[in-house]
Amino acid sequence: MKTFHWRLAPFFIFLALAVVFWRGLALDPHHLPSAKVGQPLPPFELQSFDDAKLSSKSMLGHVSLLNVWASWCMACADEQQVLMQLAKQGVVIYGLNYKDTMGNAKEWLGEWGNPYEQIGEDVEGKVAINLGVYGAPETFLIDKQGIIRYRHVGALTLLIWEKEFLPLIKSLENVG
Amino acid sequence: MRVAFFLIALLINTVYADAIYPLPTAKQEAQFKHLLADLRCLVCQNQDLADSNAGLAKDLRAEVYHRVKEGQSDNEIIKYLTDRYGDFILFNPPMKGITALLWFAPWMFLGFGIIIFWRRFR
Repeated sequence: MKTFHWRLAPFFIFLALAVVFWRGLALDPHHLPSAKVGQPLPPFELQSFDDAKLSSKSMLGHVSLLNVWASWCMACADEQQVLMQLAKQGVVIYGLNYKDTMGNAKEWLGEWGNPYEQIGEDVEGKVAINLGVYGAPETFLIDKQGIIRYRHVGALTLLIWEKEFLPLIKSLENVG
Repeated sequence: MRVAFFLIALLINTVYADAIYPLPTAKQEAQFKHLLADLRCLVCQNQDLADSNAGLAKDLRAEVYHRVKEGQSDNEIIKYLTDRYGDFILFNPPMKGITALLWFAPWMFLGFGIIIFWRRFR
């Protein structure tokens, strides 16, 4: 057997590092790991239009989505048609209206459609901070016990819905 | 001339920051400043919280301010933020299992280098 060529070791270390860093370039820096997945929803009670309220307690007992949106958010308009489709299929979607005004929000929903079961006005963005939100749109999957099971950052598409959400929802529906 | 303008702009900036976030003691002011410099803005990821003008950065700055004013320690404030945003919000990653390689890889490479050097010239 030949002896190991120590002279070549730096070259191979370089190659290994190059592969690792090259692959790192393809990562999206905006896809951050969420600190909140697997944790219970932070308790909140928010005012909504028409004297309705959205509280974290009312989200217990069924699997639902919590969608963070705002009328000033461009990507939210793209996402809205997907949410409308999901709502038609019977998916329960709650809306967290992030740093918005009621007037603007109402007008925006009139234009793009309202898929939400209930909406909460998070005017100062405090609930969003407790959820670890760093920009709209974001969508959380909440299980029957109020535990956050998945979080999607950015506009939801049907592809992501089928790939990431549906399998999870099926397994969550079957439990308890 | 340009330098003078720049310096004046800098000066105005600090006065401005102190006016929005007045703190009773110099110690708290120092704490507030060093916390903001150590925390990442999650929207514009290469800026710290002190420099960023993103909406979320402003909210988090206010949050840190209130906590400093209440007399919370660095650890309490950092825990509050990492509980919500994960370690990514810290510019200095904490030492734990998953980051061990990050902290020790430079020493590992130094070790490799010494071994290779020694093998080569023995």
